Amino acid sequence: MVATRICDLSQRGVIHYTSPMTILSAENLTVARGGVPVLHGLSFSLAAGQVLVLRGPNGLGKTTLLRTVAGLQPAMAGKIHAPEDSIAYAAHADGLKSMLSVVENLSFWAATYGGSDIAPALLQMNLTGLAQRPAATLSAGQKRRLGLARLLVTRRPVWVLDEPTVSLDTESVALFAQTVRAHLAQGGAALMATHIDLGLTEARVLDLSAYRASLHNGAADPSGFGAGRGDHGDDDFGAFL
Amino acid sequence: MIALLIRDLRLAVRAGGGFGLGLAFFLIVVTLVPFGVGPQGDILARIAPGVLWLGALLACLLSLDRIFALDFEDGSLDLLATAPIPMEGVVTMKALAHWVTTGLPLVVAAPVFGVLLHLDMQAYRWLVISLLIGTPALSVLGTFGAALTVGLKRGGLLLSLLVLPLYIPTLIFGAELIRRGAQGMSVQTPLMMLVGITAAVIALVPFASAAAIRVNLR
Repeated sequence: MVATRICDLSQRGVIHYTSPMTILSAENLTVARGGVPVLHGLSFSLAAGQVLVLRGPNGLGKTTLLRTVAGLQPAMAGKIHAPEDSIAYAAHADGLKSMLSVVENLSFWAATYGGSDIAPALLQMNLTGLAQRPAATLSAGQKRRLGLARLLVTRRPVWVLDEPTVSLDTESVALFAQTVRAHLAQGGAALMATHIDLGLTEARVLDLSAYRASLHNGAADPSGFGAGRGDHGDDDFGAFL
Repeated sequence: MIALLIRDLRLAVRAGGGFGLGLAFFLIVVTLVPFGVGPQGDILARIAPGVLWLGALLACLLSLDRIFALDFEDGSLDLLATAPIPMEGVVTMKALAHWVTTGLPLVVAAPVFGVLLHLDMQAYRWLVISLLIGTPALSVLGTFGAALTVGLKRGGLLLSLLVLPLYIPTLIFGAELIRRGAQGMSVQTPLMMLVGITAAVIALVPFASAAAIRVNLR
């Protein structure tokens, strides 16, 4: 069944690989912000061990797409396929409580996601020395690292990340890239919007500019969506970081 | 879900958490009323049930906007919505945490404040019972107002306007329960009504609140 779907998508020129291990895929997706479609006709799929990096100018709809994939808002059209309880979402805001310590913040999320040990996550994100500090006293980069450590305690295979490297220094970006790589090696996958080069050579890049809904819904094409789609997708895939 | 309750209670008792806010407001209302009304004990005793319930209701209202707004601002609410807890569970735990930090202290402190209002001796039992049964409904109804206004900046006014009409039945039967208890009359009807209102609110409102949050997060 999975193979059929991938084959079907390949015919539209969107998918450039055929892995039977697809864990997240979107089919002809239209996402809307405040009821106005921002991205249209988007299809992608992600298999275990793969990273897909979303690119595009500010305001294009990257966050809207990621929120839709994470299940925070419904898609306007199209489908998202993912096994239940497989997605861990990390937004712009880290969701930290400034009055709680690093350990308390992380323990809460670990308990929420079924109670895994937080020590490896602290170690991985280089937070062990800060464990007892209240989150209020952390720097922006340290807060971000704590926010990313949350992903590790969720133990979920698909990471959906919205600008994960904001306010991280070069060293922490490398640390994060290493974390993502370890996650992929364990059979995980990641879908992320980022503007910087993470050094993940294996990452595929999807430029969302070609899926801008206003191209199809604006003054040039008042008839609505659908017209003229399908010619854009091809050259955006397969590019490497 | 228990982790969420523990986190919220821990946040409430730490600095800036607003644990004593409702209680302090209740104290202010109840101590100021005798100054405003005058020292006649019989008048105070007559208005005591209403004043105590009004004080509790307004104290509860004061902290409602914190229920979801803080989590919304720091992004926790988005993350909770994608976490493996149903949103109804999040709402219920939030209401429970709000009740433990606001309603429960009022239940415990109310008998002391009853003295200031010359409350009839035989009414104290009913004062505690009516607040114990009625205040959970205030917290749960509060989550509904807070959920509807969660994305709004300065949503406090709208929140009050939305929630106050919903509080009226609890206020009527809660105060009536104490009044009848003070006069030695049968309390069965207001007691049944109060229990019924609270039970219905706890059973139904979390679903409405959860739906309102999901819409607001879109």
